Amino acid sequence: MRALDRKMLRDLWHLKGQVLAISLVIASGVAVLVMSRSAQMSLLDTTAAYYERYAFGHVFASLTRAPDRLADRIAAIDGVQHVQTRVVRYATLDVAGFDEPITGQFVSIPADAEPILNRITLSAGRSVAPNRLDEVVIGEPFAEAHGLVPGSTFHAVLNGTRRDLTVVGVGLSPEFVYTIAPGSLMPDNERFAVLWMGRKALANAFDLDNAFNNVSLTLQRGADPAAVLRDLDGLLERYGGVGAIERADQISNWFVMNEIDQADTMSRILPTIFLLVSAALTNMVLSRLIATERSQIGLMKAFGYSNLAVGWHYIKLVIVIALIGTVIGFVAGGAVGRYNTEVFAISYRFPFLVYRPSGAAFVLAAGLATLAAVAGAAASVMRAVKLPPAQAMLPPTPPAYQNSRLNETRVGRWLDQPTRIVLRNIARQPTRSAMTLAGSACCVALVVMAFQWNDSIDYLLRHYYTDVQRQDVTVGLTDPQEVTVLDDLRRLPGVLAAEPMRVVSADFHADNIVHRGSVWGVTDAAVLQPIFDDRLQRVVQPPENGVVLGTRIAEKLRVDVGDSIWVHVLDGRRPWLQVHVAGTVDVYLGMPVYISITTLNRLLRERPQTEYIGMLTDPAEEQELFQELKDSPHVAAVVVKQAGIDSFNETIAMHMGVFISIFSGFACILGFGVAYNSARISLSERGRELATLRVLGFTGGEISYILLAELAALVTLALPLGCLLGLGLTHLMLTAFDTELFRLPTVIDASTYGFAIIITLLATVAAAAIVRQRVARLDLISVLKTRE
Amino acid sequence: MDAATTLQARGLTKIYRSGDVAVHALRGVDLALAERELVVLLGHSGSGKSTLLNILGGLDQPTEGSLEFRGDALALDSDAALTRYRRNHVGFVFQFYNLIPSLTALENVALVTEISENPMAPADALALVGLEERMEHFPAQLSGGEQQRVAIARAIAKRPEVLLCDEPTGALDSTTGNLVLKAIEQVNTDLGTTTAVITHNVVVGDMADRVLTLADGQIVNEKRNSARCSVDDLHW
Repeated sequence: MRALDRKMLRDLWHLKGQVLAISLVIASGVAVLVMSRSAQMSLLDTTAAYYERYAFGHVFASLTRAPDRLADRIAAIDGVQHVQTRVVRYATLDVAGFDEPITGQFVSIPADAEPILNRITLSAGRSVAPNRLDEVVIGEPFAEAHGLVPGSTFHAVLNGTRRDLTVVGVGLSPEFVYTIAPGSLMPDNERFAVLWMGRKALANAFDLDNAFNNVSLTLQRGADPAAVLRDLDGLLERYGGVGAIERADQISNWFVMNEIDQADTMSRILPTIFLLVSAALTNMVLSRLIATERSQIGLMKAFGYSNLAVGWHYIKLVIVIALIGTVIGFVAGGAVGRYNTEVFAISYRFPFLVYRPSGAAFVLAAGLATLAAVAGAAASVMRAVKLPPAQAMLPPTPPAYQNSRLNETRVGRWLDQPTRIVLRNIARQPTRSAMTLAGSACCVALVVMAFQWNDSIDYLLRHYYTDVQRQDVTVGLTDPQEVTVLDDLRRLPGVLAAEPMRVVSADFHADNIVHRGSVWGVTDAAVLQPIFDDRLQRVVQPPENGVVLGTRIAEKLRVDVGDSIWVHVLDGRRPWLQVHVAGTVDVYLGMPVYISITTLNRLLRERPQTEYIGMLTDPAEEQELFQELKDSPHVAAVVVKQAGIDSFNETIAMHMGVFISIFSGFACILGFGVAYNSARISLSERGRELATLRVLGFTGGEISYILLAELAALVTLALPLGCLLGLGLTHLMLTAFDTELFRLPTVIDASTYGFAIIITLLATVAAAAIVRQRVARLDLISVLKTRE
Repeated sequence: MDAATTLQARGLTKIYRSGDVAVHALRGVDLALAERELVVLLGHSGSGKSTLLNILGGLDQPTEGSLEFRGDALALDSDAALTRYRRNHVGFVFQFYNLIPSLTALENVALVTEISENPMAPADALALVGLEERMEHFPAQLSGGEQQRVAIARAIAKRPEVLLCDEPTGALDSTTGNLVLKAIEQVNTDLGTTTAVITHNVVVGDMADRVLTLADGQIVNEKRNSARCSVDDLHW
């Protein structure tokens, strides 16, 4: 080994504490990068393979009823590859030992062959047998939640008839990777089920013999999806088609893709912070190292080493630090990523989930980490390169301090000398002070960001379930019914109030922008589920005329209050209606378009109708109510609010617990790394000064004050700054995560700031305590014998 | 024990061990420093004079032997006791000044007076060494001689009973060196501080009450001057 390399290794060993601290910060960034990239890659690869292998449809459409022969005309649409017609209906299930009603989504499969599209993977049992009317294959999450296996039985009310069903198989489908009930916030595997039933059996049950009410297509390569959608909608129009959607809007796929996007966002924002801090740390450590090795640099140059060789020597040292960090980060990121993927495999169901730490992520991480570290060290290394050898051999000019105005102020006069030393040192090293300050602030900000997820989600949950959804139970009917149905519902046990809603699928047009969604008809005196402005925190009355738009859809359509939009209703006689925008409301969830239910009924030229009913119920009579609802022929879905809150909390708690621990851990490492390096460099620069003070009779505690008060002052300043930065970072992340389905409000509880401050202080105190140990070991005598 | 004795060292031995090698820096030194006395320590490098001074000043612990300050034994194994001793009773002056670069001359002195029990005003201490005009300057703005005089002012501002100077003129030319020695002489005369000065310069011995020569860890010669020579009359 060459002498210079040996020197590098010994320098690394000598600086091992600092090297490790920087490496760990780099490792944290690399771990986040590897974790999120691997998750992203794993999901992308898995979905691509799964969708391909199990023929996940490109287009989905629901309709009321169309004869089977229409399938040929659909297949004839230009660009269509395969067509799978189906019967898809909702019904309530009753599983023994589970009181609440369960909403089941029944999907038909050919009993004698595999479905052409959206094929099922059986993890247990078999598919349904031809001519058996009571056999079902059930979704794996639901089977697990209730312990159902092939052979188990339960009841369902299919089109008003109570039926005994037997589980013959348990399976998964690319259509239900993320199983979520319509209108829910989170998967609830206990209360929502996907079930596959023979086509004949299901058609029989719902009077759809030789007919279908749902179709899924795949497209030929290069086909124009918009054109296919248009043609398909045209064909289905007279059969009650409610508008076809592309794969991108299919709910399960939407969530999977959203998760991939989130992983992508994470992999961009968070590693950047860690790598920036590691660049700052490398800068601090390298400038100190080069300052202490000044005469050695002169010596090397005097011996004939080129400027380039000297520069490369230090760059190599930095690269080694970056590589150590990358390797630790890669191993940690791989392990954490695996755990993360396991957690997330609970929400997303694939028959196979390929997880391998991404090699591309490793190369990317190594490249970025090295780049950051080298960039951080560049200025110091350039100083070493430019240093003329003769000058390098001389001791550096003593640091020149300036008398500031500090002394003239009242506070200034009151300061003791140790405090003056502290303040002047901060002022004399503005860059390093700023880096320490910014690094500690990043620690606070990261913890704030990690913990605030809980706050935002908790707020959203409380807000959504108390302000927006005030009903205890929501009942979805199989078909729209006249509002007199409310009287029947009000007579059910425990029902204190019932309020109708009418939801109609529609396309919204403004200029040439189109959005496919629904119009929500609400009653003028809506109390249980009113129009609620989340930002202004108030109820908005539905206008007599016109619609109230959620701000996000208003932005998407580029319309404002007073403008007109065209609403193409995809139901009934499918009218085109021109309505004016009467108002906008800021909402966290979805892109709603509200209208007065009376206006809606009038525009649709129908008698007052409803298909969603919000109810206030008496908990004491819940069991009886649930039983009645389970047996009711017109009820397709029952959503119990408390169950929603519980399942939300359960899922969120699991996700958040992991997320918060991981990021708090990384933030701690960052805070520790910054504080340790800052204090260590101060000690190295001022060892002589501190030893002198010890000789003059200062106690170990007193000189520790001088050394650590600087750090304490900077970290104290960093705390409020970090809280602000945390707010900004949170806003940035939440904005990046903003989707059409939901937007999390930026809510940060005081306790979150408190936690962030405590964690940062703990990390700082731990670092300070280690450096304090070294203060006790200062060599008092040797320092007096040497010129600095 | 003589009431006028400030420091009494008995049987001081110091052995530095490095692996299997043991270096005897001091071999059973007995020494008494009287009140108001000015002692000069001479000797070649490695003779043990700095080790002796460091032990007398509570900077280092002897391997064997004892030290009494004004008749009280010092707890040589207690870091806290030694810190207290240095803080309240000992002033140090070093070859390389060891000023705090971020503090002005006045603040460097104040640094010590703030933690002392009965200090003089920092400005008075600086006036004593002739630096009343340079009080607001930072070390980087002062010459070597001026820096050393600030160090002396810093050492004596707490009114120590003992002033220990380790080659205070070692880094200075003779003119500047004499200014520094004058300051030491003045402190010794005006404040009556017991003073020990290490030097390589034999001539400096003439300003002392007593000159001790060390070699190989022992005091090999002791010379008492009948009369102290004024620093103005030293030529080197």
